[in-house]
Amino acid sequence: MTRFVLRRLAWLVVTAWVVVTLSFFLMRAVRGGPFDGERALTPAVEAGVRARYHLDWPLWKQYLAYLGPFNLDERAPAFLGGDGARPWGGVLAGDLGPSFQYRDLSVNDILAQSLPISLELGAWALLVALAVGLPAGVLAGLRHGTRTDLALRLAATAGSALPNFVLAGLGILMFGFVWPLLPVAGWGGARELVLPALVLGLPFAAYVARLTRTGVLETLQRDFVRTARAKGLPERTLILRHVLPVALLPVISFLGPAAAGILTGSLVVERLFAIPGTGSHFVNGALNRDYTLAMGVTLVYTLLVSALGLAVDLLYGWIDPRLRAEGR
Amino acid sequence: MCAALALALAAGWSLLPAREPSRESARADFTFVNEGEPSTLDPQQTSGVPEGRLLRFLYEGLVVRHPETLAPLPGAAARWETSADGLTWTFQLQPAGRWSDGTPVEAEDFVFAWRRLRDPATAAPYAGFLDAVRALHARDARTLVVELERPVEFFLELCAHYALAPLPRAQLAALVAREGAGWERAWGRPENLVVNGPYRLVERRIRDRLVFERNEHYWDAAQVALPRVEALTVEHVGTMLNLYLTGRAHWTGNFPLLLAPELLARPDFRPGAQLGTAFYRFNTTRPPLDDARVRRALSLCIDRRALVARVTQAGERPQWSFVPDCAPGYAPVAAAHGADFAADAAAARALLAEAGYGPGVRALPPIELHFNTQANNKDLAEVIADGWRRELGLEARLVNREWKTFLDAQKRLDYDVSRSSWVADHPDAIGMLEIFRAAGPNNRTGWADAQYDALLDQAELARGAERAELLRRAEARLIEAAPIAPLYGYVTKNLVDPRLAGFHENALDEHPPKFWRWKSAPPAGAALGREPR
Repeated sequence: MTRFVLRRLAWLVVTAWVVVTLSFFLMRAVRGGPFDGERALTPAVEAGVRARYHLDWPLWKQYLAYLGPFNLDERAPAFLGGDGARPWGGVLAGDLGPSFQYRDLSVNDILAQSLPISLELGAWALLVALAVGLPAGVLAGLRHGTRTDLALRLAATAGSALPNFVLAGLGILMFGFVWPLLPVAGWGGARELVLPALVLGLPFAAYVARLTRTGVLETLQRDFVRTARAKGLPERTLILRHVLPVALLPVISFLGPAAAGILTGSLVVERLFAIPGTGSHFVNGALNRDYTLAMGVTLVYTLLVSALGLAVDLLYGWIDPRLRAEGR
Repeated sequence: MCAALALALAAGWSLLPAREPSRESARADFTFVNEGEPSTLDPQQTSGVPEGRLLRFLYEGLVVRHPETLAPLPGAAARWETSADGLTWTFQLQPAGRWSDGTPVEAEDFVFAWRRLRDPATAAPYAGFLDAVRALHARDARTLVVELERPVEFFLELCAHYALAPLPRAQLAALVAREGAGWERAWGRPENLVVNGPYRLVERRIRDRLVFERNEHYWDAAQVALPRVEALTVEHVGTMLNLYLTGRAHWTGNFPLLLAPELLARPDFRPGAQLGTAFYRFNTTRPPLDDARVRRALSLCIDRRALVARVTQAGERPQWSFVPDCAPGYAPVAAAHGADFAADAAAARALLAEAGYGPGVRALPPIELHFNTQANNKDLAEVIADGWRRELGLEARLVNREWKTFLDAQKRLDYDVSRSSWVADHPDAIGMLEIFRAAGPNNRTGWADAQYDALLDQAELARGAERAELLRRAEARLIEAAPIAPLYGYVTKNLVDPRLAGFHENALDEHPPKFWRWKSAPPAGAALGREPR
């Protein structure tokens, strides 16, 4: 188990390095710079701004400075020719650099404010996905072939087929205007959370429902279920104790991709509901050529998604004894 | 089932305890949509519109603009006088002028700020505002003397711009001493931001909101009616409108443009003329557009009346010249055009024939029309390209590009025709005309005309009617050479709660918050539409 985790962590480091390197060079390969605007800067002013962000350095030096762990400007450690006032810098020193677009902020500041919001929204959306998807899936599986099953399957198909911006529009129209129960946008209060969490979670709820239904149907036909029934086990106990734990395994393995999907899918929802999460920074960073912000968000997403995958694998191993044995 | 559960969840929510963060206890008296997250709160490091709206809360220049007429009113300066030759300006600062920490605003604070603005290391986009300033000194703590190299007709207008606001030199020195190299980042935090405007910043949440409260040390604080104002960062135009319509914002300056015709029926949408022009740049370095006759023909063969009636639809005015008709003290230059599009198209064909293009002679080679992925740019391009195809037989390939890639191509002159716009910073025609100087970074057409530059140079030294005439002659040359095709004049797009007084549409679309007040008691949080429960 420990070896498994260590191996995965080692891969994580390699992945992160590849992502940092690729995003660094890709960002700079794209045409257009961070300081281009309708109102062009005079050459002197532009040179000043570029110097401030070290864009006048050769690319290899910019890359090494971004990677760290040593700061390379005039405050670099003495052995690199600086005065040593600020020896550390770059990603390896935990410093994602200053934002090019938001001059008053560092990428660390931005992530520190926005990531908790994205995570909170994602957690609620995941909760919606499970709270709606699991009961719906179990019900459809148990009432297999009935009208309830058909209705639930239709709803699930519709739910997973509707893009979240359509769902968002419908939700805003319904609960913001026709029946003004909820705020149309914003962040801070509990009411502001409802629509975005639903919009983000429901498509995943649909998927969870389909997985659960299939799992329940398959498990119900297994021998051990028939044996348990023959022994006269009450139906409720049979379902809760014996059918569900097996039927839910595919759902658990879906949790990793679902969490990743919710995190990365939140950018549309964040824009539509004006939520100050990380998702919009992901897009805006790239559009504004805010090199450091785009790279920082990419790196953090990579780490998050990998960590989620690892967590689900561990959870899976803990639930399924067969995998636990293999892992040793 | 899903829907039923969703409904149940939504309905049951009111039973759950509020999760309102404790930090946000006070309620704003006024909330507005400020579009994008400000790139900075340093008044010298930005030229953006959302930043400008915020900086007008925080800083005050020597003068402020009247909210309706834009005429200069006393700001940080109580009064001013200018020498007969217009070269020496003496400003008396407000005797009660104070920074938000209670220390007096001194003439030296202006000297410090203006020197910083001109310092190349500051890399200020508006550093050029002070090009004509020869010397600058504080005669005493409250008297600022500015000596100019040449009279600047609109110098007082410039003094109203946020880029020329004072900076608290002593407080910034202390901040530098405390924070070292990271001082600029620390400066934008509410606890470090010492300002002289009608409001001070009390909270800033990235990409969410900025919260302002009345600056009690402001010299004219008694005139500031709204104690607490919130500026929301909202990126999606639909969301901006939703927030306004549900009463969660009292003002938005943008909305989905498709809805303009519907919104025009509302009493709270009264678009006004804005000192800005939408136009196309022509790349004058590439054939066939290196021939002024071809450029003039293409410009003539644009059905501007149809563009504003069917595409933009918010009351924009078709424009054949560059400076909009709302520039103060400047009569629009008449640009030749016919009574209708058919006449213009015929005139365009004649011009092309003169340049050697036409049926049976030589066909125009296909060109590329570039625009950025935004709003109605694509619709405009389609209508215009269609007109060129039908009337002139010119194939224009539409190239839709993301903003920065688009700008990069424009800068490198890697286009034939490129969608553009320019909005003036101060109410004067020269702010628009000077972008086409041969050496200007905003020219981006390859067009260089010594006589045009000379006329602008002369205008800079002239005053009054003579100056206006020189500017008009320069514009006439611009139109004749046609490195651009003007399309239409912008209009302001403000949806404002009609109960707000002191907010007026004006040519700069600038709305100083110190003049805002509620006409009737403001029902907190509700504009038009239904109040959300």
